Amino acid sequence: MSAPHLPLLIPLTLLLGALAAPLAGAVHRRLAPALALTAAGVAAALSLGGLGVVLAQGPLRYRLGGWAPPIGIEFVLDPLSAFVASVVTVVAFAVLLHSPPVVARETPDRVVPYYTMVLIFLTGLTGMVLTGDLFNLYVFLEIASLSSYSLLALGNRRAPVSAFRYLILGTAGGSFYLFGLAFLYLQAGSLNMADLGAILPLVPNRSAVVVGLVFMALGMGLKMALFPLHGWLPDAYTNAASTSTALIAPIGTKVAAYVLLRLFFFVLDPSFSRDGLPLLTALGYLGAAGVIWGSVMAITKSELKRMLAYSSVAQVGYIALGIGLGSPLGFIGAVLHTLNHACMKACLFLVSANLRLRQAHTHIPRFDQSLRRALPWSMAAFTLAALSMIGLPPTAGFFSKWYLALAALEQSNWLFLGVLLASSLLNAVYFFRVLERVYLMKGPEEPGAALPAAGALPPPREVPGAMLASTLALAASLLVLGLGNAWIVTHLIRPMLPAGL
Amino acid sequence: MTEHLAGHYPYYFLAVLMAVGFWGMLAKRNLVKKTVGMSILQSSIILFWLVTAYKEGATVPIFDPARGLGDPAQYINPLPHCLMLTAIVVAVVTLGVAFALILLIHRNYRSLDEAVILEQME
Repeated sequence: MSAPHLPLLIPLTLLLGALAAPLAGAVHRRLAPALALTAAGVAAALSLGGLGVVLAQGPLRYRLGGWAPPIGIEFVLDPLSAFVASVVTVVAFAVLLHSPPVVARETPDRVVPYYTMVLIFLTGLTGMVLTGDLFNLYVFLEIASLSSYSLLALGNRRAPVSAFRYLILGTAGGSFYLFGLAFLYLQAGSLNMADLGAILPLVPNRSAVVVGLVFMALGMGLKMALFPLHGWLPDAYTNAASTSTALIAPIGTKVAAYVLLRLFFFVLDPSFSRDGLPLLTALGYLGAAGVIWGSVMAITKSELKRMLAYSSVAQVGYIALGIGLGSPLGFIGAVLHTLNHACMKACLFLVSANLRLRQAHTHIPRFDQSLRRALPWSMAAFTLAALSMIGLPPTAGFFSKWYLALAALEQSNWLFLGVLLASSLLNAVYFFRVLERVYLMKGPEEPGAALPAAGALPPPREVPGAMLASTLALAASLLVLGLGNAWIVTHLIRPMLPAGL
Repeated sequence: MTEHLAGHYPYYFLAVLMAVGFWGMLAKRNLVKKTVGMSILQSSIILFWLVTAYKEGATVPIFDPARGLGDPAQYINPLPHCLMLTAIVVAVVTLGVAFALILLIHRNYRSLDEAVILEQME
């Protein structure tokens, strides 16, 4: 394997998979999921391998068509992009491993196009992460967004309406990003990230640059569902098919957060972002508001998927809060939370998919002990992920909150510290509400009495092997990531800290 | 004042166009009108990029012996045009997906009025 090609190979594998999936699906319908899983697996292996190479040898740059930047477009694999690409592809691999029975049941007539769309979505996300060109990033952003609209439009009868709303707001987000980029290009005359970073400090007209940055941050805020731009998210995630939500919720919004990290700490000089712009501070406070708002809304919801969707708004808030602090510890907290939340949310949404497959509902007031008897392992995974969301050591969720809390303490930001503590309590309220029902609430005497359509359902039992394996692997990863957090921070995240932060 | 307007009138026009598009996206109840608003917003931003590349008295960036190669002000900047070609493709695809969703919604609810659809969703 030739290392210099790695930056391009990761999105290229997924794109080739997307082209091959309909062909394979035409031969036999069951080949499409297998092909998607293979492509995601190869991309995950390449990303993890790339992470190792980058940590040992330094960043890899690939020039498309041999054109040198800033004229040509380059793909860059550095510690941050390799880390985020690994998170995206590994979580996607776990979700795809889990998906075939769910997709076959929820969208039986669209299996082949579904997997094609999933691979295009992943191509877009990895392209966004790896590109070194800001306009190229816009194109990959739209590839990922357009495929996510169609993935989220599959689901119940309301799904097209919520996907349409997401399309309108998401397109506005993309357009604002493009509009902001025009200001940067006008002032600096370059779109290459490294080149732009070198030119921007010399630009005399600071106000035009700031206007451009505000629009770009606004666009990315819409894409990452930053409070109060999160209006599209809860409906879209609740109404979509289980696999779509499990795939898009953990990684879709994270990549928009990655763009903010890249923009404010790598393209711009970190000291300028922190001291010259009130934008970063505003981002932090909006994140903090989102943490509280998302958690409070999650408590009031009786549908499990909607509760998890609001909790996603809160969790993205943590990442924004970490970015907003603009310190090394805040950066570490934000990046670590990107990883931890991707694993936690994927695990929780996979359990909700398991419940839908076996019980055909995820309505919390109808949960009782029969769930625990029918799906003991899924519920155990749910419990572990819930404890991690609340932030109990030694699960992963505790450590990212710990770094964020340290960062808030370092700057004597008592408001953020209060938000972090309060949100843990709020998380405990909405997760223990579910756990209490599953572990303590007595079920009805006859197993089928509570389900009117019980005759049509398969008898409740644990989900098949691959689905369970993937759910449990994600749950176990929370313990591994939690216990190994010191290693991750020292060996993976510290090397990616930008100079000057 | 007139001099400023003569040099900058496209920007004022595009600012109005952008506001019209944004208002259409947010305030219109009909889903097709929302889509039209979205398209106006996208077009205004594409035009904004193109206007920035324009130079008074310059020509297309193909070598013209009469103008020579010495003065870059004789040729317009081709890069924004190339970039916007891609952005137009993105806008067309977005419209395609939007119309596909609108068809699905109409099939499910027999209406394109957001208020009627929300009522039925209850």
